[in-house]
Amino acid sequence: MLELVVSSLLNGLVYGLLLFMLSSGLTLIFSMMGVLNFAHASMFMLGAYFSVQLGGWIGFWPALVGAPLLCGLIGAAVERWGLRQVHRHGHVPELLFTFGLAYLIEEGVIMVWGRNPIENKPPPFLDAALFRFFGTSFPAYKAFMMLVSAVMFAALWLVLKRTRLGLIVQASLTHPRMVSMLGHDVPRVFTWVFAGGSALAGLAGVIGGFAFLTAPTMAAWVGPIVFVVVVVGGLGSLAGALIASIGIGVLQTFAVALDVSLLDVLGRLGLSIGRDSVLYEPAAVKIAQMAPMLPYLLLILMLVLRPTGLLGTRET
Amino acid sequence: MTLRSRRPTPGPLLIALIVVAAAVGANAAAPAPAAAQETVKIAYIDPLSGGAASAGLLGQKHFSYFVDKINAAGGVNGQKFEVVAFDNKLSPQESLIILKKVIDERIRYVAQGNGSLVAHALIDAVAKHNERNPGQEVLYLNYAAVDPALTNEKCSFWHFRFDADADMKMEALTNYMARQPNIKKVYLINQDYSFGKAVAAAARTMLRKKRPDVEIVGDELHPLQKVTDFSPYVAKIKASGADSVITGNWSNDMVLLVKAGKDAGLKVDWYTYYANSLGTPTAIGKDGVGHVKVVAEWEKNVLPEPDPDQVAYEKRFTGKEDDFRYWRLKTMFEMLAAAMKKAGSNDPVRVARALEGMKQQTPLGEVEMRADNHQLLQPLFIFTMSDKARYDVEHTGLGFVTNGKVDAKDTALPTVCKMERPK
Repeated sequence: MLELVVSSLLNGLVYGLLLFMLSSGLTLIFSMMGVLNFAHASMFMLGAYFSVQLGGWIGFWPALVGAPLLCGLIGAAVERWGLRQVHRHGHVPELLFTFGLAYLIEEGVIMVWGRNPIENKPPPFLDAALFRFFGTSFPAYKAFMMLVSAVMFAALWLVLKRTRLGLIVQASLTHPRMVSMLGHDVPRVFTWVFAGGSALAGLAGVIGGFAFLTAPTMAAWVGPIVFVVVVVGGLGSLAGALIASIGIGVLQTFAVALDVSLLDVLGRLGLSIGRDSVLYEPAAVKIAQMAPMLPYLLLILMLVLRPTGLLGTRET
Repeated sequence: MTLRSRRPTPGPLLIALIVVAAAVGANAAAPAPAAAQETVKIAYIDPLSGGAASAGLLGQKHFSYFVDKINAAGGVNGQKFEVVAFDNKLSPQESLIILKKVIDERIRYVAQGNGSLVAHALIDAVAKHNERNPGQEVLYLNYAAVDPALTNEKCSFWHFRFDADADMKMEALTNYMARQPNIKKVYLINQDYSFGKAVAAAARTMLRKKRPDVEIVGDELHPLQKVTDFSPYVAKIKASGADSVITGNWSNDMVLLVKAGKDAGLKVDWYTYYANSLGTPTAIGKDGVGHVKVVAEWEKNVLPEPDPDQVAYEKRFTGKEDDFRYWRLKTMFEMLAAAMKKAGSNDPVRVARALEGMKQQTPLGEVEMRADNHQLLQPLFIFTMSDKARYDVEHTGLGFVTNGKVDAKDTALPTVCKMERPK
């Protein structure tokens, strides 16, 4: 039992921190620019593919830097020559634009790298087991992932809260006209934010690529869950995103471990539902089977009960 | 090569084409009317886009290979074959719309494989159409949808299945497991839909019968193709103390499961249905050697010398993902051609009658299309992943070696099918 609790906690933490890496960039873009970027998860995917391609040519460490930079460059280009033009027409065109972009990126990836997952192994020193507990090994790359995520949080927080750049970025969000009156190039700030957010997604992709699968479907897999994190965490709140990520990660892993259904609970209370009843099937579903659904349940509850999210200041 | 791809809903490209066609003169772009049926058309309905596309595209390549082979030999009964591919996106609804189109275009043969949900929709719709439209019957060739219900409760005269069903495969798998004394605790993990549930149920009853001493320590159903991180499931398997895992998982669900097991240092043997294709061997890599087992009708190393079709196919399709995989399609096309010759006609009704109970010699042994439920009986094998196999898969250097064989007649299971034949 203790074994399962410890490993679930650890697995939840790892998954949560990966979610944070993914969603920190999105929450930045979403809150700064108000753009619901559907192509964010595509940058995650591109990060993974770029790192495999670059890794083969220049090695792992340069690829770890190079792949996110490439994603950042693409992000900047998308903002400068795409989003900025669409932005004038309002939010719906923006949304459609990023939606189409996600589709294009996916098809592009399929054209270049094929439909099946490609081989993506972490470098040997990250592939080894770091430590063992209860006979379960903990791979070094997971620890590396946690480390990168923590560093990312700290760096982002420092930049946003403690630097002049962060000050301008934050001001551009709420008072773009005032900031531009003061002589700052607000559109350029937006380009930087979008590029930065894309680069962060790319970095998450480098690590997520070998943690999970490097496949054209990986964007579609993480796409929806990142939005849940952003909404639950609260718009524009980095700390909120961190709490929401870890919370969702741990919630999901623990739910998988729970082989309990409503039927069992009722049974404890001395109640039962007949096999012929319409309620029997839904009541017999185990919590473990519902695990992947829980974050979305949380999303709906959050939108109804607390539209600002955990630590947000504005309504989504 | 005669291969066309058509999608039921207009994509942006199609819309653009339509606009262009309208400008030029719409008639020019309209499909030619089914010109006096000079070819036998087979509608290939499978996912060609989306997450399951890799499976559909692999099947499509096999179809075009075998059709070209038949055509090169002059066709059957003076007619050549043609495959018309349709993308159903793995959706039963889309498939039904496609079937309507297929019928409108007077295509009389339908082939499908991926997804038992799609198969359930098609088997009903085909039966209904055939009942109402005598003289325009459609024959449904199923090469991979393995829900046992399709040849039992839901069986139909118009449906022929060329893959062994989930129960037959489990029978072979558990026969092999029964002879492994080191198996003590077994964990079942499957996808939460009809096929996954069928696998779990079969494993449970058969293991209980053949190895009452084996303890089933877990029976897990997880959402279909939605799980990104299988670590929590692996933690459960680990905590249960299982030494073997049975899973019907395919595609990403298969890969991620084994990968998570590898990361956690899980030491179990994997008894699987689909660990041998569609990127799975690539993702599993060396860690699967000796531990990943699969039940199937074919692997490249099963014959002492490679089959000529394997050689010719892999000469034509050379991509990393283009292994010669569907041996059963070779059987299917050979039997279809033989049935047509025997019937002396390419009319689906006569071909169906000829196929019933038909026996055929193959390099792997005799196969038989059961008359009572239209399930093909073919030899099944248990294979284990190896780094010493002569022919590898997906250019990985890893292949599969044969551990055991079940003869075709021994794979037969009782059926509850009450076949209704047309008069």
